Amino acid sequence: MDLYKSTAHELHEKLVKKEISSVELTNNVYDRIAEVEKDVKAYVTLDKENALAQAAKVDKMIAAGEAIAPLAGIPGAIKDNISTKGLRTTCSSKMLENLNPIYDAHVIEKLRADETIFLGKTNLDEFAMGSTTETSYFGTSHNPWNLDLVPGGSSGGSAAAIAAGEAIWSLGSDTGGSIRQPASFTGCVGIKPTYGRVSRYGCVAFASSLDQIGPITKDVTDAATVLNTICGVDAHDSTSLPVEVPDFTKALKQDVKGLKIGLPKEYFGKGLDPKVDAILKKAIADYEAMGAEIVEVSLPHTEYAVITYYIIAPAEASANLARFDGVRYGYRNMKATSAPEMTTASRTEGFGSEVKRRIMLGTYVLSSGYYDAYYLKAMQVRTLIRKDFEEAFKQCDLLLTPTSPVVAYPIDGKMDPLAIYMLDVCTIPVNLAGLPGISVPAGFADGLPVGMQLIGKLLDEETILRAAYTFEQAHDYHKVMAPLGGK
Amino acid sequence: MKYATVIGLEVHSELKTKSKAFCSCSTEFGGEPNTHVCPVCLGMPGALPVLNKQVVEFAIRAGLALDCEIKKFNKFDRKNYFYPDLSKNYQISQFDKPICEHGHIDIEVDGQTKRVGITRIHMEEDAGKLVHSGATIKTSESSAVDYNRAGVPLIEIVSEPDMRSAAEARAYMEKLKAILEYTDVSDCKMQEGSLRCDANISVMPEGATEFGTRAEIKNLNSFRALERAIEYEIQRQIQLVEDGGTVVQETRTWDDGKGMTLSMRSKEEAHDYRYFPEPDLVPVVIDDAWIARVKSELPELPAARKARLMQEKGLVDYDAENIVSTKAMAEYFDEAAKHTEDSKGIANWLLGDVSAYLNSENITIEKFPITPANLGEMVNLINKGVLSSKLAKKVFAEMLKTGKTPQALVKELGLEQISDEGAIVKIVEETLAENPQSIADYKAGKDRALGFLVGQIMKKSRGKANPEMVNNLLKERMQ
Repeated sequence: MDLYKSTAHELHEKLVKKEISSVELTNNVYDRIAEVEKDVKAYVTLDKENALAQAAKVDKMIAAGEAIAPLAGIPGAIKDNISTKGLRTTCSSKMLENLNPIYDAHVIEKLRADETIFLGKTNLDEFAMGSTTETSYFGTSHNPWNLDLVPGGSSGGSAAAIAAGEAIWSLGSDTGGSIRQPASFTGCVGIKPTYGRVSRYGCVAFASSLDQIGPITKDVTDAATVLNTICGVDAHDSTSLPVEVPDFTKALKQDVKGLKIGLPKEYFGKGLDPKVDAILKKAIADYEAMGAEIVEVSLPHTEYAVITYYIIAPAEASANLARFDGVRYGYRNMKATSAPEMTTASRTEGFGSEVKRRIMLGTYVLSSGYYDAYYLKAMQVRTLIRKDFEEAFKQCDLLLTPTSPVVAYPIDGKMDPLAIYMLDVCTIPVNLAGLPGISVPAGFADGLPVGMQLIGKLLDEETILRAAYTFEQAHDYHKVMAPLGGK
Repeated sequence: MKYATVIGLEVHSELKTKSKAFCSCSTEFGGEPNTHVCPVCLGMPGALPVLNKQVVEFAIRAGLALDCEIKKFNKFDRKNYFYPDLSKNYQISQFDKPICEHGHIDIEVDGQTKRVGITRIHMEEDAGKLVHSGATIKTSESSAVDYNRAGVPLIEIVSEPDMRSAAEARAYMEKLKAILEYTDVSDCKMQEGSLRCDANISVMPEGATEFGTRAEIKNLNSFRALERAIEYEIQRQIQLVEDGGTVVQETRTWDDGKGMTLSMRSKEEAHDYRYFPEPDLVPVVIDDAWIARVKSELPELPAARKARLMQEKGLVDYDAENIVSTKAMAEYFDEAAKHTEDSKGIANWLLGDVSAYLNSENITIEKFPITPANLGEMVNLINKGVLSSKLAKKVFAEMLKTGKTPQALVKELGLEQISDEGAIVKIVEETLAENPQSIADYKAGKDRALGFLVGQIMKKSRGKANPEMVNNLLKERMQ
């Protein structure tokens, strides 16, 4: 039985009805991993022994007639920048190649409390800095739709694992599109919740004011299910929001009648691949046919979003990554003859070039004499971008945009970093404004998945989940398995 | 040429909260290295700070006690620099919006009162402690680091450049320490590093209005070090200028052993701290009610206590000033004064023999072996005439050794003063009978004769006769 092809909600039913066991399911997914991982390279670390022990525990609970949570006994994968006690957390960096965390991230605690199963840790761009997983110290992950292509990033491993059937659900993190863009490239559902919905405690910080953990899944129902578990205020994260968490699965109604969907014109202009544009036009027409009202809106400061992001994110990163100094943990150069020399050498050797590029960028923009011109100005533009969305949401309930202006591109590492930065143009503004955004499969262009992004108002994940669910249920895009072709 | 000195102080004071500023680890001093630590204060990947509200409470309290304006909007900033004692390689601090501004302290030097401005007070976290195998971090083969202190809350109190001498700087520092102790926000133990001071010093020709280039002196771990370092630095700068040189802006360190300041780093080598708002913490808004509550709970401060001691206890200015200079001394005084009517007597003992003892033993009043009650009782025994001042010193010495009550010691040592009139009259008459010449001398106006007779009587009584009574009786009998 190909259990690995199923969704979490389907498997939960089967577990509860005792049609399958969690051990059987977990073994089935590991068998799939054994079969395809050599081509996909979604994982940095696997943890089969503990996963099977946990599966056996859940099977006992079920046998004893205990009620189990929706994710109990269902194997998932965790992006390797989320701290897991005793299970190495590398951030795909040489710097943390051997780091065994002494504590669990808040989301991991919550998932453990629900008796879920962790298959292993998935690959990412080093410290989540990238859009392809090519900056990973452990090598690039491959797109299950065509192994010659990137799976997107930075949560490329988490997305590739779902698309290849190597996990039932996964967690990613999203700083400028790192959940949504790989979800789009691999035909998955990925949601970045409102900033503050999910505790960041234990998510190795890239850019603190932008980072947010979220799920990557096969369908919208699973995304809502994972959200139900991981959302909520956390005493260890001052920026987590003290607000009620709704049952997101209750928002999954097949109905968009009367919903006003805004199309920000700036997202449909220059640089958008015509094939992507065509698929989105079709999706928009579908929504209209299903009873939604389509309105054109404007987010006038969109063109400044990428540059603003590439000031704020590296600035925060330059401080966040300062703790990797070889003193307490992580890579250490053993030849240095003094502590300061050791730190310099450890950082020079422990970080890859993209990470160093961003640390230097961030250090520069915060330097005395440059702060006002760069960082301060960027923070002001960020406010303008936020206000753009506030204005737009006066005219509509949610926004519809491409997730990425392009489909997955070849793995060659030859792309100009600046050109790659510019491709995050549709996802970055959402992080700058702290809004929730979801990417759902909208169709295929030349056999490659195209994602559609739905952006909601602050704390209104429910509306975008509902709209995404309605679209998904009216199509079969999410049911198509990636062929693992190419090469 | 004559020179004027300009001094400003930056004082770091550890707050005595139970837990650290941004995690729940203990702030207790000492402890095995790296035992009061957690993912947050160790800077483990992914860990986040959460503000301990008590830090804000204490900063407000200190600010109000120093007559500062409390700022309602508060945020934290990251101060970036690499040093192995800093687990995140940035310090969470406050940059452009400190919690307190525009305060002051009134100091007294040579009988003159002077107001020293306080520019700002801000909240921040302390770093860990480094122990090097060699002299400095750069020349050491290895360095060990203890993060127990990392994340302990601090306030940094920055003065205006209002001080003009080492004595003024010392007076400011002493007053500041007293106020921080009174408000119970800090232990202020300079030797344990819970109160630390950096001094900015410059010189300029007397009468000039533009300040000279300043040097910042670090590592001033005692009042004495502060005073000596400032005096040394003033002379160094004057000498430099006199010799045709110029003072460079730099950071210097005080070498207590050598008795001199040494250059640490120049302005060019100074850090660019790249401050920016701490994104992991949300702003803290302090409302009027919070400020009002802290104000209402503010304990009596040194100035008010001094006024009270002068008004209610009849102490003179100098004595009151010295008694209130540390909270512990003032509390000792109040406690002892509960046991006697003679507050002045307590003050005399505290500022005399007690202070001398504390200085000679190099301890503070908290470790003084005589209880306030016993000191009070001793003063009573003196006033009742049971103890002469000479005997009192003997009893005091015994109390220091044994901790026994003065009453018990008087009995034990057979030191009771003879105040029984009958007994004294007997000795007086005996003595007068033996010394007719002295009586004649006294009557002839030779006052020295009286002293001689008193001495004879004290000898006979083995020092126990009440000297006042002896005096009076002698005068009576020789009229």
